[in-house]
Amino acid sequence: MRRYLITLAAGLSLLLAAAGAQLALADTVPLNVLVMSDTAYSDKDVSAMTADFNAANPGINAKVDFVPYAGLRDRILLSQGSEGAYDVVLIDVIWLAEFVKRGLVVDVTDRVDSGLRAQIFEGAWKTADFNGKLFGFPWLVDSKFLYYNKKMLSDAGFSAPPATWDEFNAQAKALKDKGIVKYPVVWNWGQNEEIVCDFAFLLAAEGGQFFAADGTPAFQQEAGKKVLEYMHDQIASGLGNPSSREYAAEDGRRAFLSGEAAFSFNWQYVYALSKNPDESKVVGQVGIAPVPAGPGGPAGTSVNGSMALSLTTTSKHPDEAWKYITFMTSKPLQDKFAKAVLPVWVASYSDPAVVAGQEELAKAAEPNFKNMVLRPVIADYVPMSNALQEGIQAVLYDKADPKSVLDDIANTVGKQ
Amino acid sequence: MRRAIILTSAILLATIVLAPVVWLAILSVSSTTDIYTVPLHWLPAEFDLSRYGRLLSPDQSGHTSPFLLALRNSLIVGVGGTALALMAAGLAAWHISRSHKGEGFVHAMVATYMLPQTVMALPIYVMLSATGLLNNPVGLALVYLGFLVPFTTWLLKTGFDGVPRELDDAGRVDGLGRFGVLIRIAIPLARASIATAALFALLMAWDEFFYALLFTSNAAAKTVTVAIVDFTSGRISDYGLVAAAGVVAAVPPVAIGFLLQKNLISGLMAGGVKG
Amino acid sequence: MTAGVLLLRRDAGRAAFYLGPTILILAVAVGGPLVFTLGISFTSASFLGTLKDLSFVGLGNYVEIAGSPQFQRAFFVTLKFVAFTVAVEMLLGLGAGLLLAEQFPGRTLLRVLLVIPWAIPTVVSAITWRLIYAPDFGVLNALLQQLGLIDEYRSWLGDPLLALYAIGIADIWKNFPIVALIVLAALQTVPQELYDAAYVDGAGVFHRFKAVTFPHILGPLMVALVLRTIDTVKVFDIIWVMTRGGPFSSTKSMSMLVYERTFSNLEAGSGSAISFIITLICIAFIVVYVRLLRRQGS
Repeated sequence: MRRYLITLAAGLSLLLAAAGAQLALADTVPLNVLVMSDTAYSDKDVSAMTADFNAANPGINAKVDFVPYAGLRDRILLSQGSEGAYDVVLIDVIWLAEFVKRGLVVDVTDRVDSGLRAQIFEGAWKTADFNGKLFGFPWLVDSKFLYYNKKMLSDAGFSAPPATWDEFNAQAKALKDKGIVKYPVVWNWGQNEEIVCDFAFLLAAEGGQFFAADGTPAFQQEAGKKVLEYMHDQIASGLGNPSSREYAAEDGRRAFLSGEAAFSFNWQYVYALSKNPDESKVVGQVGIAPVPAGPGGPAGTSVNGSMALSLTTTSKHPDEAWKYITFMTSKPLQDKFAKAVLPVWVASYSDPAVVAGQEELAKAAEPNFKNMVLRPVIADYVPMSNALQEGIQAVLYDKADPKSVLDDIANTVGKQ
Repeated sequence: MRRAIILTSAILLATIVLAPVVWLAILSVSSTTDIYTVPLHWLPAEFDLSRYGRLLSPDQSGHTSPFLLALRNSLIVGVGGTALALMAAGLAAWHISRSHKGEGFVHAMVATYMLPQTVMALPIYVMLSATGLLNNPVGLALVYLGFLVPFTTWLLKTGFDGVPRELDDAGRVDGLGRFGVLIRIAIPLARASIATAALFALLMAWDEFFYALLFTSNAAAKTVTVAIVDFTSGRISDYGLVAAAGVVAAVPPVAIGFLLQKNLISGLMAGGVKG
Repeated sequence: MTAGVLLLRRDAGRAAFYLGPTILILAVAVGGPLVFTLGISFTSASFLGTLKDLSFVGLGNYVEIAGSPQFQRAFFVTLKFVAFTVAVEMLLGLGAGLLLAEQFPGRTLLRVLLVIPWAIPTVVSAITWRLIYAPDFGVLNALLQQLGLIDEYRSWLGDPLLALYAIGIADIWKNFPIVALIVLAALQTVPQELYDAAYVDGAGVFHRFKAVTFPHILGPLMVALVLRTIDTVKVFDIIWVMTRGGPFSSTKSMSMLVYERTFSNLEAGSGSAISFIITLICIAFIVVYVRLLRRQGS
């Protein structure tokens, strides 16, 4: 009996010791931060930024958890059940409405100096501003850019990237006809959020919109159908790489940086990668331009992919957490780490020191960040996006026609 | 002729079993250029062991490597869960072994072990949340008892069945109650079964992914299965690092498997598969 | 108080002491949640930390699911996966088990090596195979190309027609050893005299197998079949790591649909209903399993 009880005690104390170690009495305030592991800022940089913060704030010990984008939203939702699991989380612009509605993020309007508004791109504010109140601070401003292979274009006789969608289609066709590249365009049209991003900016370029002013679905109308047909034709005509239907951002950029395509639409981070000989076989050949202009919008009518750092409602240290957010989004820090990604601060773009080596990116960024469009700002965005992803893929795989797919989704989503 | 077929089949089988694992190990020590070369060089020019170092060393901000933390968490959950499971299972198995109506109960328990985790996940999440045990290795270990206990009870019952009843009587003569017989006679004699049950439990706990995915969030509580999957999604710049993580995560359970392999067959014989 | 009642009391007390902890654990970690989920499946509950917006909808969720193309898709994905992997696992396991029963140099070593796929964590196995199938550098592509069977590297997990079977192969690799070991264990119970008698009667290899071997291993084989089936109906981990349900939902099993509905779309009622359907399927097979065991035990 004694030995039994001793073993029981030993087992339990092992567990309790472990549990205790977690809640260790620290004289520093622990902060748990959740960030995407594939942001434009590398994991190393984010860790370094955090180290800078901890050094400047001796009473606080901030730790960063990196999670791939595919798991970020789930992790934020699942961690809601435990207090203090995360104090600061990185949110995508598309989740703002949902998180506000579910009470996951704290209203920080009063913490933000209203004078800052004009200093940051309005598009970036959209990832924190919900109905006039702020629920975070913009950390990353991003949109999809048009990447093009300068050498292939010049071989085909084009000295500049396409400025309109008509030019884009003409150039792509010429590249294929002249045999310069088998599949001129590589898209990221796998079953993930990217395909909806592309649908969004193509829809905007066509002059369409997701919802009318009164909230009725509008994406299933003429413009939406045209966009889906265009996407289908891209694959069917061989202008777009058929493997695009399996690609996420990384696959697409790998194909493009291996020299397999002349055009690719992708996020900021690809620009720096294109100059890295370990990642790119086309170093020096990659150009970056704003998304072409169309009947519905000027050049730069891209999709808004910005992200903000938000304070969670389950945080036990909101003041320290806000300090962290302020630090991470501050202009000096962002300028310092602007190697692969541009700051959210407008002034930085005219600062030669910051922009050094990325002038082309900065130049393309201005129209993009000014004109980028939002995907639907609704609380139930994720189910709608899932439905769109499946539906668009069905069209691309010739399993359904654009009209019925869009009508179905419009009926399911209903009035917002 | 028959001999030739047997030998060839044996070599084929060995290849099938080993090839993926060997490939993983090779990947973990190949440089990125070697990995991407087409046609593939089957063996890398140089063996690059740096990834193992990177996996286990502190990150840029000076904190312990998240992967190391994950290994620690898996260990806590595995050892803690196994210890608690054995204690509950030991009691139950002894009782069932010595009273004559246990068979049905054991089968019922093993049946619960076969239920899908998806059907129990949400209520368990709610319970853990309400008791503050989410994102905590202790909470996870307690949840794991749900499938560790039935399985170990079954194994331990078989082990106790192998302890002759005459020894019970001898013990009773010496003044031991049923509990005393368990502690002083049965457990020492059934050592091997207990060890087997413990190793099985450890293996099952180490392997578990779904509950860990749902119930742990940050690095302080994530187990190695969740940590490794986080590694492998999204933007991967170094597949060799992913492979190295896989190798490290596989070593403990495979070692346990080797320890268990003799008992696997005898366990299968005596337990749910009668031949 | 008669001695009988005292005895009863002591027996009850004793049972409570020995079985109590286990019953408590099972009630809290298994029984309770099962009932709770069943209850939720009749409501329109939403998930977030705690459950909100509970309103009773009766069988509404089940009706919606039965008619939903996503569920039907997931059901067939699961069905195809189970049929493919269990069938091949059983055959491969049977072959391996028979092989290991033979005498040849290195037999013991081979038997030990068989433990590796079984012991390796499912997610590590899934990652390994994902690397094998990698479109840019995977060993499968390299092998096929160098053997001249394909011209260019291609994507396997990205092809809606192949992905499920590619994952299936990985699952087979992970699980056939246990079938092999069950077969081996069963083979070791076949009395040698029966073989000798058959040999003396002039029976050839195949006939010996049919008359002597197979009847003896049929029982354990059936049990292995049912066990593997139950396990595979629940499949989640391996698919999650290899494709997360894509491409084009061609690998989204029922369990993955539950995850999506409950934890991603936060529709707890609907997700719970699907998980309960999976449970009913498992229970059906569990009943078969228990019957098989009872028959063997007698």
